Amino acid sequence: MSIEDAELLKEFAVESQEHLSDIENQLLTLESQGDNMDVALVNTVFRAIHSIKGAAGFMGLETLGGLAHRAEEVLNRLRNKELRPTSVVINTLLKAADRLKDLIDQIETSNEADVNEHLAALEKILAGQTDDAVAAIAPTPSIQTDLQYKPEPQALSDEAMREFLVECFDNLEQVERDLLTLEREPNSEAVLNSVFRNMHTIKGSAGFLAFSTLERVAHATENVLGSVRSGHIAMDTDVSESMFRSIDAIRKILKTIETSGNDGNEPFTSLILEFEALHASKLAKAKTGNLAENREKINLMPAADTAKGLGNLESAKVIPNPVLNATPIPTPIATTQNKPNNPTSSPVAASGNSDCSAADSTIRVDVALLDKLMTRVGELVLARNQILQFNATINDNALYGATQRLNLITTELQEGVMKTRMQPIGTVWSKFPRLVRDLAAICEKEVRIEMEGKETELDKTIIEAIKDPLTHLVRNTVDHGIERPEVRKEKGKPSEGCLTLRAYHEGGQVNIEICDDGAGLNLERIKAKAVERGLMSQESASKMADRDVGNLIFLPGFSTAEKVSNVSGRGVGMDVVKTNIEKIGGTVDLQSKAGYGTTIKIKIPLTLAIIPALIVTSDSDRYAIPQVNLLELVRLEGEQTRKGIEWIQGAPVYRLRGRLLPLVNLRHELGLNETPSVGDDVVNIVVLRADDRQFGLIVDRINDSEEIVVKPLSKQLKNVSVYSGTTIMGDGRVALILDVMGLAHSAHVISGVRDRTMSDSSDRNINSKSNIQTLLVLGVGPDRRFALPIDQVTRLEKIATDTVERADHQEVVQYRGEILPLIRLSETLGVESCNDQQRLMDVVVYTEDSRSVGLVVDQIVDIVETELVNTRPAHRAGLIQSAVIQGHVTDLLDLPAVIRMVNPSFFQDHINV
Amino acid sequence: MITSRQLCTFFLDGHLFGVDAQTVQEVIRYQEMTRVPKAPPSVRGLINLRGQIVTAIDLRSRLGLKPREAGKLPMNVVVRSDDGAVSLLVDQIGDVIEVDADSFETPPDTLQGPARELVKGAYKLEGRLLLLLDCDVAVQLTPS
Repeated sequence: MSIEDAELLKEFAVESQEHLSDIENQLLTLESQGDNMDVALVNTVFRAIHSIKGAAGFMGLETLGGLAHRAEEVLNRLRNKELRPTSVVINTLLKAADRLKDLIDQIETSNEADVNEHLAALEKILAGQTDDAVAAIAPTPSIQTDLQYKPEPQALSDEAMREFLVECFDNLEQVERDLLTLEREPNSEAVLNSVFRNMHTIKGSAGFLAFSTLERVAHATENVLGSVRSGHIAMDTDVSESMFRSIDAIRKILKTIETSGNDGNEPFTSLILEFEALHASKLAKAKTGNLAENREKINLMPAADTAKGLGNLESAKVIPNPVLNATPIPTPIATTQNKPNNPTSSPVAASGNSDCSAADSTIRVDVALLDKLMTRVGELVLARNQILQFNATINDNALYGATQRLNLITTELQEGVMKTRMQPIGTVWSKFPRLVRDLAAICEKEVRIEMEGKETELDKTIIEAIKDPLTHLVRNTVDHGIERPEVRKEKGKPSEGCLTLRAYHEGGQVNIEICDDGAGLNLERIKAKAVERGLMSQESASKMADRDVGNLIFLPGFSTAEKVSNVSGRGVGMDVVKTNIEKIGGTVDLQSKAGYGTTIKIKIPLTLAIIPALIVTSDSDRYAIPQVNLLELVRLEGEQTRKGIEWIQGAPVYRLRGRLLPLVNLRHELGLNETPSVGDDVVNIVVLRADDRQFGLIVDRINDSEEIVVKPLSKQLKNVSVYSGTTIMGDGRVALILDVMGLAHSAHVISGVRDRTMSDSSDRNINSKSNIQTLLVLGVGPDRRFALPIDQVTRLEKIATDTVERADHQEVVQYRGEILPLIRLSETLGVESCNDQQRLMDVVVYTEDSRSVGLVVDQIVDIVETELVNTRPAHRAGLIQSAVIQGHVTDLLDLPAVIRMVNPSFFQDHINV
Repeated sequence: MITSRQLCTFFLDGHLFGVDAQTVQEVIRYQEMTRVPKAPPSVRGLINLRGQIVTAIDLRSRLGLKPREAGKLPMNVVVRSDDGAVSLLVDQIGDVIEVDADSFETPPDTLQGPARELVKGAYKLEGRLLLLLDCDVAVQLTPS
């Protein structure tokens, strides 16, 4: 058969790559298991290779099929324990799998490719020339001649079982469709081939998984089909009738497997005998009948098939006569139906609704379709925002209700669609075991890789974006982080180094950690290198905190490797890693302890498509600033506007808690009209973080924070560095998303080579004044004042009193798509409140992990920086101490205790309180 | 061989221009737009076209013509490009005209300035010239 159908070919390539992607890790596992290898796992690998072989053969991809065939043979030996999974065997198989991947990548030319090297290597193993590979005691493989012999099915994982079932149901459906087609056009060779192939696959899979009943039924069916295919018997109603019966029987068996985990006790002997009888009788008839016609057909078949067909013919001859007389017994299926389903023992049904069979529960969807869906949902979100805005101007209860529902549904829809684009991070990690193994071999090290949180899900676009940075970090860790075995032993560590990958969700972000138990960074050497490269002065190097030193390796052009290996150490890379992660709104941090290892922590957002952003106005245009870059907002009023901003040689700065914060005026940066509208005696500063630098962006007005849908910049605007994208606002107008890094660069907040002396010295400033605290002062009742450290405050909100609802005997409000429980400070602490009649109340939002609590206070008085003097310990629960702040006696709140008083379970699930 | 084609025509500073009607997605009246500070000078702003964000390029500025008189609002000719839709801002929309390849002539060498690379040539209509605009080049902007 020639390669005709590009579609089919593409499908084959996709499917085969999927098969191959898992094989690598499975082989590595086998290697590590050594003589105790998991036979079920070998079977899985075998099945994957077998599928590739089968499909390749069918499509005329001879080279591919040939290589897969050889690999399959080696796996077969492994399966029968005639071979041991030594590193030689696994290596050869891995290489063969790699080659298969290459071949599939260039599928059109794969037949011309040269695979002799791989074939020879596999051949060598098969010939037993790799002495240690041959099992010391090769057990005689049991031959399943006895029909009654029924080995226990291999303990299969739920996933493997589900996969098997999905595949079988698929195959079966295809067989059914094809048979129907065959009834209309009985001579279609392609359809007949397809029926045969699918039935063969079912038989094969059943065999590997030791579902002997299934295998026997499929085998009997296949035999009949084989003869039809080779032209020895005709596809008449008798035959197709029995075929359909077989399909029904197989479906029953599969259902039994799905619910009970084994293929049941019903042997289906009668059905099998029926097939054999039918087969024999038809063959006999065909021999005496119109042989000439058949012969003509035989000639049309490819040579291999003819040979097979003849084989069948011969074997058919020896079928003893009595079988011919066996009368088919109707409805052999009924018994299985009566068999009670036992869901507790079921490996598959337990995980889902038993009504819904495995084949129905998953479908493949084109990613482009999901992307399109995402765009549409984005537009829906915008339309929703518009309606919400509109709703605020009209007082209509019915409209209000409908809008709220629309709001809710849109949010849920958005979440649902986002979930479809989520992929477990394991898809990226899956190639690391192999990478680490190969690298370790090159570097002559022993490295074990461990993964935690493989199932942590991330948006597809982010998965793609972190692939390269992660690979780089893993490579670097093996090459530089982990010591050679002999060095490790000297230090009293196990000779095998451990590389741990960990991923987990935290506060709407995903953390990825790459830890090793290697040598750690040589901080002195890094400092020396940084000075030598002119990246910093000797003086600032000596002042540097250890924590910052580690992060120096992310500077461009920094490499401490004494010699450049072919793995890493060319001095490019770590800065690229950092840039790439920052591009998707992530951060990288490195911590290292000499002698104990290094941990690199990456924080990235869950998705890029819809992000929270702060909307600001400058010169009557709105701009969006991604929330990830946002640190805090500062508002200067009246006198402060003139006193607060100071100038250093024409560069404005603001003293933010003792540190000098460089200021950038957005109007100036964007070249807008620089005279702000008259009469405004207010300066709004948005404190932003770009890289490790902070700067204040002066804007005309701060509007609100909003979830925005990010749309890419058009080609014409790609070169404008101060924007990262565009979005559509609630009123339908377009707004630009500011690129904080780009803005920092264009405003020279960050220069090419970063000198950290300034941030460094200010760090020390902070340290020397560490007894100074920044406190949020709250007013409750006419004269009571409370304060709490500002770093415990997530946000300050004004919430309308009429939006308060009740749930679980508690006051709550809907807040950012979640339910925010409210704690009234006055009630909790037994203080009289004076603010009951107001329409808006001040709420201090406190967040722990991803859960928030709102603290309702009467008044937010001020944020003060103060040294706590004249303190007196407090005795009441919920308070730490009393102090004099701004001339008033103020109680310092113990916020966790206050929360616990009202909601004792708030901290329960959390260890890190 | 096709010798005639349809051009969507429009006016710029009294000149008649045309682009292949096939490339035109739609023609719409003036839309509110968001200006883009620091963008190349001929970018007038961004338009929300039913959820699709479209960059508006002022052809007068692109062709080096004098700016539109204050108070006169341009029209949008939205054309498809490799990079999604782009809006071309023009003074006024003309008819869709069927032109014959026989009447086409490449521009004379004396044509200089930005128009040189943007005008593919002219169709000699009765009484006036119809200048054929190279859409692909028109939407390519070099950074300012």
